[in-house]
Amino acid sequence: MKYQSQKIALAYFLVAMALFAVQVTLGLVMGWVYVDGNFLSEILPFNIARMLHTNSLIVWLLLGFFGAAYYLIPEEAEREIHSTKLAWLQLAIFVLGTAGVVVTYLFNLFEGNFLLGKEGREFLEQPKWVKAGIVVAALIFLYNVSMTVLAGRKTAITNILLLGLWGLSLLFLFAFVNPSNLALDKMYWWYVVHLWVEGTWELVMASILAFLMLKLTGVDREVVEKWLYVIVAAALFSGILGTGHHYYWIGTPGYWQWIGSIFSSLEVVPFFAMMAFAFVMVWKGRRDHPNKAALLWSLGCATLAFFGAGVWGFLHTLHGVNYYTHGTQITAAHGHLAFFGAYVSLNLAIISYAMPVLKGRDPYNQVLNMASFWLMSGGMVFMTFTLTFAGTVQTHLQRVNGEAFMDVQDQLWIFYAMRFGSGVAVVLGVALFLYAILVPGKEIIEPGPLEQDRIAHDPDHVAAE
Amino acid sequence: MAEARSAFDDLPGDLMIWVLIVSELLVFGAGLAAFLGVRITDPAGFAAAQDHLHRAAAGVNTVVLVTSGWLAALGAQAVEAGRLGRGRRFLAGATVLGALFLAIKAAEYGDMAAAGIGIETHAFFTFYYLVTGFHAAHVAAGIVVLPLVAARARAREVEAGVAFWHMVDLVWVLVFPVLYLLR
Ligand code: HEM
Ligand code: HEM
Ligand SMILES: [Fe+2]
Repeated sequence: MKYQSQKIALAYFLVAMALFAVQVTLGLVMGWVYVDGNFLSEILPFNIARMLHTNSLIVWLLLGFFGAAYYLIPEEAEREIHSTKLAWLQLAIFVLGTAGVVVTYLFNLFEGNFLLGKEGREFLEQPKWVKAGIVVAALIFLYNVSMTVLAGRKTAITNILLLGLWGLSLLFLFAFVNPSNLALDKMYWWYVVHLWVEGTWELVMASILAFLMLKLTGVDREVVEKWLYVIVAAALFSGILGTGHHYYWIGTPGYWQWIGSIFSSLEVVPFFAMMAFAFVMVWKGRRDHPNKAALLWSLGCATLAFFGAGVWGFLHTLHGVNYYTHGTQITAAHGHLAFFGAYVSLNLAIISYAMPVLKGRDPYNQVLNMASFWLMSGGMVFMTFTLTFAGTVQTHLQRVNGEAFMDVQDQLWIFYAMRFGSGVAVVLGVALFLYAILVPGKEIIEPGPLEQDRIAHDPDHVAAE
Repeated sequence: MAEARSAFDDLPGDLMIWVLIVSELLVFGAGLAAFLGVRITDPAGFAAAQDHLHRAAAGVNTVVLVTSGWLAALGAQAVEAGRLGRGRRFLAGATVLGALFLAIKAAEYGDMAAAGIGIETHAFFTFYYLVTGFHAAHVAAGIVVLPLVAARARAREVEAGVAFWHMVDLVWVLVFPVLYLLR
């Protein structure tokens, strides 16, 4: 660790990982509800669990992004973070807001209250006071990191990261726009939801991946930056008008069917480019960085994002297809693999990379961490397949044959049972990951003869950082 | 590690402008392909709708835009040769013709609106308005970009701006026959 203030990242990562554990556990609870419909229906109704599952996902991913920013910006800008106090204040606001959300959802104390009650729009259910808190915390964050970058060295990585973070914060303001007209409500809702994951978050993803590639493969910065700009251009070009793929059937004019289909098909390009980027960098660069787990997560991230967002997104993005699959288990299959591949794996990659540095140790528990990658990713991929099969059958029975929703659900039971099984694998994988990251082994692994030889004789070789 | 010289380095103008140009061509290509696909489902309706377009005005516009592209090319050549004043005059000419294109286009849209033809009137017009509207937006962007690069008159930037303008030109030359002429 070169700069003291990078240490803040540790706190952000810890809170993020705690929420990650909560998130997947709630997923597992819901997975069982799909198997046995009355499970916990009195204590923890499905809709509440679902809110907690998706909201904790978004919050921990954001906390991970903030942590990543606090970790990499000092290194890129070559100076300490403007104010560590503000960074702590920001974290405190987020933790308070999260606690408030959980209490509000679980006990529903303020139903209908303008300021205190939940708002009932998927992903944006937070009560208004929490939304306001999020804005304040975001402002503190933007001020803090922008001041750091402005005063220090400006790199393509920090520029793109800041662009993404500013963009996602500004777009969040649309969470306050909630017209009573349902078509308009949905239209603005997607400004947040779609323009986050298929716009601004992609910029964050590209810049963090670029940072990891720079560190892990030692490739020239110039090469990394060229890729970065192309990826970002492709993401914004396709992603902004790609929002149209959510405007097919919500009451917006019919021409969105063509705008959405054409532009969102091109959204595959930036995800493909990110995958190509990661592999080309590893192929061209040095392959002897000791943190193999971080490299595995980085490559896994780029690959699973391409499949989850790119391939599974394209699967149902043409309006002729979406007419049948809209809102079926196909959507859930895509949502899971896309979020996992692109943003969960991204966070786990930067955490795997940064934690040993933050703790002042050589990379530890590499094998456990890599095992957790295969368990978690394997579980996620299997879940995606079960949901895709479930969705295909559902589409046919319900949308083509016109059978009733619940009759169809009964016939999908076997898929839901298998989804629960894969969920168990994911949760075990998460537990393994947390153990590998949080409980560093006591023993120190000596470099093997090959590595010792290189350290002794190869002047270009950089030992564990 | 020394980077081998890649194909990227030999592209004229900035790499980014080529990313943009390829993306635009993909979008317009997909739009026209979708148009041709849907047209198969209703050839008679598409032919009848097409008769409402102003073929002559669009023909004139084709000449206007191609001429504009030619002027822009001359402008880029002149700037490259260091004759900045001459280059600027050519680029100004290209810009004025771009504006003329938009004026004629606007008159065409006005006429059609007066005849009660909107984007939802028929699938043909949905494509017509989307494709030509999107193209017109690019002409408008070009009208902003050309004077900007002309003012600074740096060869690299002029080349990039003119490459963009040629793309706008090329797209129109593809759009015109498919939308207006194809029977
Ligand atoms: C890191 C891992 C996970 C991520 C990123 C994730 C993400 C998501 C997202 C984005 C949604 C909303 C989907 C939509 O609107 O279509 C969702 C819903 C859901 N998730 Fe997860 N999830 C994860 C883990 C799990 C696990 C382990 C299970 C357990 C089997 C699970 C079960 C569910 C269920 C049952 C729903 C509700 C689907 C519905 O409403 O029908 N998730 N999850
Ligand atoms: C990392 C990037 C992405 C993430 C995290 C993501 C996540 C999601 C989620 C959670 C939903 C469900 C929203 C809801 O209705 O509650 C969704 C819907 C959708 N996504 Fe994505 N997505 C990503 C990228 C893409 C891409 C690149 C495409 C297209 C190529 C795409 C196409 C779609 C479509 C068409 C829907 C609507 C499904 C329906 O009609 O039910 N997504 N996405
Ligand atoms: Fe989307």
